[in-house]
Amino acid sequence: MPSFRKRKETRQGQNVTPEESSGSLTGDGEPHDESAARLSWLRGIAARLARVRWNSWAFVAPALLLMGLFLVYPAVASLVRSFFGRGRELFGTTTQYVGLKNWAYVFTNSTMLMAMRNSALWVGIFSVSTVGLGTLLAVLLDRVKYERIVKSIIFIPTAISAVGISIIWKFVFAYRAPGINQIGLLNAIVVHFGGQPIGWLIERPWINNICLIVVGVWMWTGFCMVIISAAYKNIPRPLLEAARIDGAGEWKVFRHVTLPLLAPTAAVVGTTMIVQVLKMFEIVYVLTNGNYSTEVIANRMYKEAFNLGDYGRASTIAIVLLILILPFMVLNIRRFIANEGGRA
Amino acid sequence: MRKGFVVLLALTIVGLAAIVGLAQDKVVTVMHSWPGAQAPIFEMIVDAFEAENPDIDVQVEIVGQDRVAIMQARLAAGNPPDLTPHPWIGLMKEWADAGQIVDLTGLVDTSEINPALLPIGEYDGGLYGLFIFPNVKSLVWYNPKEFAANGYEVPTTWYQLQALSQQILADGGVPWAIGLDSGAASGWPGTDWIEDIMLRTAGADVYDKWVNHEIPWTDPRVKKAFETFGSLFSNNYVLGGSIGALTTYFGDAVTPVFTDPPSAYMHKQATFIQGFLNDQVEGLVAGEDYNVFVLPTITPAATPDGSVPLLTSGDVISVFNNRPEVIAFAQFMTSETAANIWSSNLGELSAHVNADPTQFDNPITALAQQMLIDATVSRYDGSDLMPAAVGAGTFWSGVLDYVSGIPLDTVLEAIEASAVDAY
Repeated sequence: MPSFRKRKETRQGQNVTPEESSGSLTGDGEPHDESAARLSWLRGIAARLARVRWNSWAFVAPALLLMGLFLVYPAVASLVRSFFGRGRELFGTTTQYVGLKNWAYVFTNSTMLMAMRNSALWVGIFSVSTVGLGTLLAVLLDRVKYERIVKSIIFIPTAISAVGISIIWKFVFAYRAPGINQIGLLNAIVVHFGGQPIGWLIERPWINNICLIVVGVWMWTGFCMVIISAAYKNIPRPLLEAARIDGAGEWKVFRHVTLPLLAPTAAVVGTTMIVQVLKMFEIVYVLTNGNYSTEVIANRMYKEAFNLGDYGRASTIAIVLLILILPFMVLNIRRFIANEGGRA
Repeated sequence: MRKGFVVLLALTIVGLAAIVGLAQDKVVTVMHSWPGAQAPIFEMIVDAFEAENPDIDVQVEIVGQDRVAIMQARLAAGNPPDLTPHPWIGLMKEWADAGQIVDLTGLVDTSEINPALLPIGEYDGGLYGLFIFPNVKSLVWYNPKEFAANGYEVPTTWYQLQALSQQILADGGVPWAIGLDSGAASGWPGTDWIEDIMLRTAGADVYDKWVNHEIPWTDPRVKKAFETFGSLFSNNYVLGGSIGALTTYFGDAVTPVFTDPPSAYMHKQATFIQGFLNDQVEGLVAGEDYNVFVLPTITPAATPDGSVPLLTSGDVISVFNNRPEVIAFAQFMTSETAANIWSSNLGELSAHVNADPTQFDNPITALAQQMLIDATVSRYDGSDLMPAAVGAGTFWSGVLDYVSGIPLDTVLEAIEASAVDAY
């Protein structure tokens, strides 16, 4: 870190040199004729150009170009597209300007409202569960002898593709008619204890949505646990010892010392999870394909575009999703910058 | 280090040579989503074509149940396969309107396609689909040995079918096995049920109006067809009830009829299900271990001449790139060679003009082919004729919603709203 700062200073120093020299030229030299005046004017521009940090722009340019091409352009194109009707090309012959029709659809259509309700349900249950369970596991596993092994096992789902995970869970939730051998883990357990098999992915609106969210939580808890665990290990032990010596019980230590120190990390992980869950698509796509009132926003966007061919509506949904995610991204970036600033 | 470089260089040269070598072959790309039994048989047709045309390389791409979405995305990106066999006539018309599909008029000799089936692929004065593999959908599959053992008779009227269902229920059995799950395409087996019922309760004329959206989905005649289908569930005729039907994969749904003892006694599905059945239960003999009867008529007024209406579907070949080798493969798909490989290996039907029911060893295939020829009233699968937003969208999900307990009026209003947008 310090070496980098040093280099930065020297570069600034170099930048100053031409400025000073040009200043001395224009200041000392008297403009005798027109050509000399023009020369000094040109020199002024040169000086101004020299003041621009070309090096830094050169470094930033590739990133800006790529961001513009793959992020800004699609976002702007989607925004424009959201005011046009069905049809595939942006300004093709088949595509008509429809004003706010798509926007009205997104906020009034019953399926869309259902998708938004479900996404809200996901945000609430999923982010609280993953961060909560992650914190709990991080703190509890710290006291377990085989911590590394247990943590690895819990972390594994994060490494499996979401589609793979959904297929695994499709078997867990599988349903067979009563009387036929249950091949699904959950229904086998239910039937073993004398119950009737349950259509886990069919029973709306709570059972199936909760089941889908459980899959998501299973997938992401390990990720939360690992990061929060790292933060927990960073808490100076003497701090906890001091609290204990002062007579605080384990709960009080956790509540008043550990938790406040974990809070910044948990907040970052939490916002990451919210962004994650708003984009969530694969689990719903594989397990129910959005049927039986389980559709979420991202899923609806896919269907409008690729099943129904309405790119206007799909773009509108994409922009809505972007607007929903944006505040959390800004929050995360601000926190990140604040942390970096604090460290520097 | 140096050795490694030499090896790498050699490999690169070999690789480039291989690419150049392959490039000399003309390539035709085909995309299909036939599962299990059908895929290797299609490969046999491809082999036969390549044997006749050694300079053409046919590359087959098999995709999952979400093929509508994949095709739409590939077309939007300007990167479709050269051709694809598909049943989506409604979508085919949308592609034709958008100019994304090749008009085969004059490019392909259609003299080998059954003239009665050819018009399915025609639209707006052009030819956009070559009918290759037909299916008869109105068939009910049953186990004749179990029927005989229990003294059950094959029903020829709807009344007899209801009486039989009651009898099976009274004997402690389950009349119907239904499977509506099909991944991203879930719900379509239910649309077949409703279409078959619609032909029998409202008649072919009303069916056509319904398919063309000349009557709304909230029409009492549409409602009646849904309710008739729903009565199977409310009467407890279905294995596992509505959840059983919703969670069962369509290809697995026929199996419970042929287990010992059977978990259900009847299964309605198209001719193609033979491939699935023989895949899952070994050693079954067509006509002896399994047989079919036609779903009987329901409302006499809907079928005045007393003949049983036939619901059909099938695959047409659509071409997206007009190159000689692509047209050659499309042409080959209409040939007797291709038709025979398909029907003799799978027990499926033939759209070839010379197809003769007596040529089939399989009695069920022969019967179905005869039905295809004899039918006085036959209609193509309505959900495939409708615009994709309805036929491959809200109609599918609507059936699932209805079976899972959403009030019928709500379901039909939702489909109607999407139909108003789509037509």
